[in-house]
Amino acid sequence: MIYSEKVMDHFANPRNVGTIENADGVGEVGNAKCGDIMKMYIKVDNGTISDVKFQTFGCGAAVATSSMATELIKGKSIDEALKLTNKAVVEALDGLPPAKLHCSVLAEEAMKAAISDYYRKQGVDPEPIVGKVAGCSDCEGCH
Amino acid sequence: MEKRFVYADNAATTRVSERALSAALPYFTEQYGNASSIYMLGQNAAKAILKARKQVADAIGAKTNEVYFTSGGSESDNWAIKGVAEVGEKKGKKHIITTAFEHHAVLHTCQYLEKHGFEVTYLPVSDKGLVTAEQVRDAIREDTCLVTIMFANNEIGTIQPIGEIGKVCREKGVIFHTDAVQAVGNVPIDVKELNIDMLSLSGHKIHAPKGVGALYIRAGISIPNLIFGGAQERSKRAGTENVPSIVALGEAITAATEDIPGKIEKVTKMRNRLIDEILKIKETRLNGDREQRLCGNVNISIRGIEGESLLLSLDLMGICASSGSACTSGSLDPSHVLLAIGLPHEIAHGSLRLSISDETTDEDIDYIIECVPKVVDKLRAMSPLWDRICRDEGITGGNLY
Repeated sequence: MIYSEKVMDHFANPRNVGTIENADGVGEVGNAKCGDIMKMYIKVDNGTISDVKFQTFGCGAAVATSSMATELIKGKSIDEALKLTNKAVVEALDGLPPAKLHCSVLAEEAMKAAISDYYRKQGVDPEPIVGKVAGCSDCEGCH
Repeated sequence: MEKRFVYADNAATTRVSERALSAALPYFTEQYGNASSIYMLGQNAAKAILKARKQVADAIGAKTNEVYFTSGGSESDNWAIKGVAEVGEKKGKKHIITTAFEHHAVLHTCQYLEKHGFEVTYLPVSDKGLVTAEQVRDAIREDTCLVTIMFANNEIGTIQPIGEIGKVCREKGVIFHTDAVQAVGNVPIDVKELNIDMLSLSGHKIHAPKGVGALYIRAGISIPNLIFGGAQERSKRAGTENVPSIVALGEAITAATEDIPGKIEKVTKMRNRLIDEILKIKETRLNGDREQRLCGNVNISIRGIEGESLLLSLDLMGICASSGSACTSGSLDPSHVLLAIGLPHEIAHGSLRLSISDETTDEDIDYIIECVPKVVDKLRAMSPLWDRICRDEGITGGNLY
């Protein structure tokens, strides 16, 4: 199993690590048993994700995919962010080993969970917009 | 802090020693004959193998004709277990006893035999990572053909009561095999005193090259071949001998067993310093018994962080270590060894194994002691799990102390 240079760069120097106080949306996916938990915080101004931070418990790929996902959605509109797929995260990282692809799914889910939370706080049902956020239960990597 | 390179994964493999390498080198380009050939060049190779066989035999208290060279620990384990099983089957004995935390070379061979009608008892291990001779005695049945229990565990370093188990097996007339891959050179071994019938060992764990090992089979025990072909290894293991590696194994095992008490004293001091310093970090635990433990093994679980991240971070600082984390193995379950001693998944994911050797220096230990807390601090700072643990359990203060 070999990580690309981009993965190692994002692992060694993760972008947007941390938390946002009074975040407009917070999403957490994964569980400790599987060995991956991702938590994403977003700040939304006029429909744009003006700031995003993450916390991750997990392997190198989990940290790198969270970091890359935050970079890809920062400054984007929610509509644009929702178009982000795990595949795009993987491509931006110059690929992931097959056993680690589930980490990129988790990054996409964490972002969607944060946006869902944002809508819920606005009193809007997120499901028609964001869809169902699978979290970890549907992650095929898990038990 | 000046960056160093520290190799702390000697349970995975070791550096080939100068002594083993220089002994082996002539057999690549000068004495390259086939040991089966009649001319001098071939006979020189045959003599070198004979010398190495005596070196291996002497190191474990065996006779020269009881040592068979193989490709390594896995082959030795496979051959011993399948061989004894085949003999047992003919006598209607289709029961094998092993433990839950064996190396996969043993576990997967046993699982293979289960598919072929054998019954296998996997003895549970204690939370300290030990089995007892009483457990073995209680598990032995009329139809037990083999007991196979590792000498020392590869992940948590616990040393099993092999002499007591050997005695029970001998009394009951059951063949006793032990995978001693991690123990050779770290624990004094005398197969006669310990009543060991078969013993697997590997070269690359004791500063010989990868791809060479041996199986000790006590005289009087006959098992069928695993590999058929030519008449090498007294017709029991075919294939042209890997002469340079066999020569290196001979030198390496001699070196490794020359002063085991001295090595234990020196390495244990460094190991204990590592354990004591890392355990100062809060929410950590040592896995495996502290006393019945290989002198070079440290295995610690660190809550709130994941093993692979820990290893990658240490690697960035120049430290080679390993983990029982699922993520390092390609599977999704954490180490079967850590689960066998009762660790929950989330704690097993965050384990760190450091395995040092007599080549490790005090400066290496200083460096590891300096780096590990830095990495733990960084990873806990970004871990939502650590946040939750602190919140749920009322842990206050920093990430470390």
